[in-house]
Amino acid sequence: MTMLETVDGTEVREGVDRETIETVQAMAGKYKYGWETDIEMDYAPKGLNEDIVRLISQKNGEPEWLLDWRLAAYRRWLKMEEPRWAMVNYPDIDYQDQFYYATPKSMAKKPKSLDEVDPKLLATYAKLGIPLKEQMLLAGVEGEAEPRRVAVDAVFDSVSVGTTFKAELAKAGVIFCSISEAVREHPDLVKQYLGSVVPPTDNFFATLNSAVFSDGSFVYIPKGTRCPMELSTYFRINAENTGQFERTLIVCDEGAYVSYLEGCTAPKRDTNQLHAAVVEIVILKDAEVKYSTVQNWYPGDENGVGGIYNFVTKRADCRGDRAKVMWTQVETGSAITWKYPSCILRGDDSQGEFYSIAIANNAQQADTGTKMIHLGKRTKSRIVSKGISAGRAQNTYRGLVSMHPKAKDSRNYTQCDSLLIGDKCGAHTVPYIEVRNNSSRVEHEATTSKVDDDQLFYCRSRGMDEEEAVALVVNGFCKEVLQALPMEFAMEAQSLVAISLEGSVG
Amino acid sequence: MALPKAREDALAARLQALPVAAGKGWLAAVRAEALARLTAMGLPARRDEYWRYTDPASLNAPEAPVAHSFDASDESEPFDGMDRLKIVFVDGVFDPAASDDLTLSGVTIERLAEAGSKDIHWAQGLYGVLETRGQDPVARPFAALNSAFATDGVLIHVTGKATKPVSLVYVHESEVSDAILHHCVKLDPGASLTLLENGPAAARLNKVMEVEVADGASFHHIRLQGRDHERRAVTHLFARLGARSELRSFTLTANGRLTRNESVLELAGAEGRAHLAGATVGDGEFHHDDTVFVTHAAEACESRQVYKKVLMNGAVGVFQGKILVKPGAQKTDGYQISQSLLLDEDSQFLAKPELEIYADDVKCSHGSTSGAIDEVALFYLQSRGVPRRTAQALLVLAFLAEAIQEVADEDIAENIHARLERWLARHGSKG
Repeated sequence: MTMLETVDGTEVREGVDRETIETVQAMAGKYKYGWETDIEMDYAPKGLNEDIVRLISQKNGEPEWLLDWRLAAYRRWLKMEEPRWAMVNYPDIDYQDQFYYATPKSMAKKPKSLDEVDPKLLATYAKLGIPLKEQMLLAGVEGEAEPRRVAVDAVFDSVSVGTTFKAELAKAGVIFCSISEAVREHPDLVKQYLGSVVPPTDNFFATLNSAVFSDGSFVYIPKGTRCPMELSTYFRINAENTGQFERTLIVCDEGAYVSYLEGCTAPKRDTNQLHAAVVEIVILKDAEVKYSTVQNWYPGDENGVGGIYNFVTKRADCRGDRAKVMWTQVETGSAITWKYPSCILRGDDSQGEFYSIAIANNAQQADTGTKMIHLGKRTKSRIVSKGISAGRAQNTYRGLVSMHPKAKDSRNYTQCDSLLIGDKCGAHTVPYIEVRNNSSRVEHEATTSKVDDDQLFYCRSRGMDEEEAVALVVNGFCKEVLQALPMEFAMEAQSLVAISLEGSVG
Repeated sequence: MALPKAREDALAARLQALPVAAGKGWLAAVRAEALARLTAMGLPARRDEYWRYTDPASLNAPEAPVAHSFDASDESEPFDGMDRLKIVFVDGVFDPAASDDLTLSGVTIERLAEAGSKDIHWAQGLYGVLETRGQDPVARPFAALNSAFATDGVLIHVTGKATKPVSLVYVHESEVSDAILHHCVKLDPGASLTLLENGPAAARLNKVMEVEVADGASFHHIRLQGRDHERRAVTHLFARLGARSELRSFTLTANGRLTRNESVLELAGAEGRAHLAGATVGDGEFHHDDTVFVTHAAEACESRQVYKKVLMNGAVGVFQGKILVKPGAQKTDGYQISQSLLLDEDSQFLAKPELEIYADDVKCSHGSTSGAIDEVALFYLQSRGVPRRTAQALLVLAFLAEAIQEVADEDIAENIHARLERWLARHGSKG
């Protein structure tokens, strides 16, 4: 192996071209969404106590039972210890030194429609490429024979700014709104399902979220309904020293189908900001949910200053027979990622899938993976995880596959691949495999490598130049996951991977 | 940091039941340090991440749980007929009458109990030293306890190529024996040794072996943990490998109530090679745990872990394996496979195969599978007139073959194969 040259202390090897390394190193500087919106905000007082919990509940106009639910979670959280088992290092978080509720002043009086929303807010989403006008389409999908439409719930710090296509969705019986609106308009549904997948006692960050959650989205797809368009929520953190604690609840009734997209960005700041979200998905008999995320929170600069601390609990419960869930995530942002979207395969013949690309660069640290809990008979799960580490980043896949004694004739296939670019970064794999019956088959494979020389050689022997060859190999490395994304997101994800590994992607 | 009260009490109870480690010479000081390590970390508990799948309670208990001696007279001694130097321990105590004379060309062998009282000894540089290195990043309290309280063991210094294997034979007589054995093996540059171990040792055994393999040296270790049904054992193999050196270790485990075999290896010199393998067959009340930690600290080393388990009638198999590639350990080739065959619905396989990698020019992979015997293959064999039971045994042996291949000596490999065949004829799944 020949050492070609050195770029800022990183030895460049054959197979990883110079431009790739430089582009990766420059990525933090290239964060496209690092600007902030100058807007007047209302804050709850700094810090966390029962009064803050009461205030958030009151601002959302919540019923008594939800306030009690929040307070119970808060009291429990006080007695809990922050988990430290993940392979991420960060200084202690001062939970009293931040705001738990921040909302644009103009949102004090709820706008009745998007026309009444502060133009500054609308401009923010326009700049982010998120269409809040129903006639607008997502960038990249114009010119199709039949334009695809996406309904958007836009969340700005602690509140939902607006939700599009509500009337049209309502015609199909689909409820798509912010969770605070759902609490007011559909209290029975919320009461029935909230906390039923991720209980308020689940873990430190989920319990904190249960106490202080602000807006997120609520989705209900009625029996036998195929949601007429894709639903999406776009989260924007704008305010300084403010944590975002969104809560999303998706209920897909018998035989229904929905594809849901989630995106997020935040301004560039020198201080770390906390994001602790909870996503709960309930999937009944014969229903199917696709949940796709492009996580692009501000990752911090090249020296590891600033960036979002992303501690997220996401879980889908396949309650009925033949229920299906598919998680797809592209994780490129955040200084710290702590995230394990999981599937409880309770119904017989239910299926869970998890596709993930995690790119960690500079000083980023990602500890992410999934849990597949097989409880029902003939349940199936598939895990494909691609981790790419560069700079001084640490990237860990952590996952659990559990076959319970009653989950007869079940199947799991897991593949975790890691790619290292540079000798200062780390790639780690921590799978837990628990098989408690013998009719189930479990297979786990993991590899760690640099860009494969044999593959490069093969490509080059076919007449490709070095750069084209690398492009093909790296593209191939991520392809299985990129293909799992809905078209709208595949566009964004591909360009994100391209930014991370420009020069490799021809 | 002070231990929680419950852990302090558990440790105090355990220590109370142990003989006071008195004495003089170099060993006394080393034991005191080991006791300090143990006191700081306490005994393991089920809540510890490293003991997630194996309950250490019966290993922690002050007294060894009763284990009736097992009559294995229908099987011959495994290494009988081999030209070897035999060293016998009965319930963890050296038996000079049953052992051979300890002289062997190119090898010096001493008893720990005697060598420990000297003022200066080569083993000072090894006893407790690799164990201490192995305590980071994961605490291994039973190994520290062993260094502090080991009652017997051998110190083997290999200066050349040993002309025949050294064979440690363990005999279990007392139903409540609680043996703590500690062996040290030091191989000088270019030296080589084959070490054989077999027998049940005691009702409860805590064994540590520390092996220093110098540059260009080669160490071959074959261990047969027998058919004794009720004994419990926790063992540690700590080894440090120099440049171009080689270590191969194979363990066959057939039954035993509880076995935890830890292997902690450090590839410290370039181009070292370490091969670890285990074949396990378990029937009924059986819990077997292979815990492996391989550290690649030098360039161009190769490590291979092959662990196969066949479990029936409620047997539980555990595999915790880790490959750690340190910064700078380029050109590492790390391979790990852990597989289990579950012959019925009651048996379990719990695995945590880990990779932790800080170098980019490496090739590391792990695989782990678990499942039932292939019904199609079974049907095929039956359709060719092979009875179901025989067909099952054939497929099981084929499954275990990859691990047995790691035994370099063909005669021994064949012997192991034959033993497994007979074991399978005696045991069958009731499921």
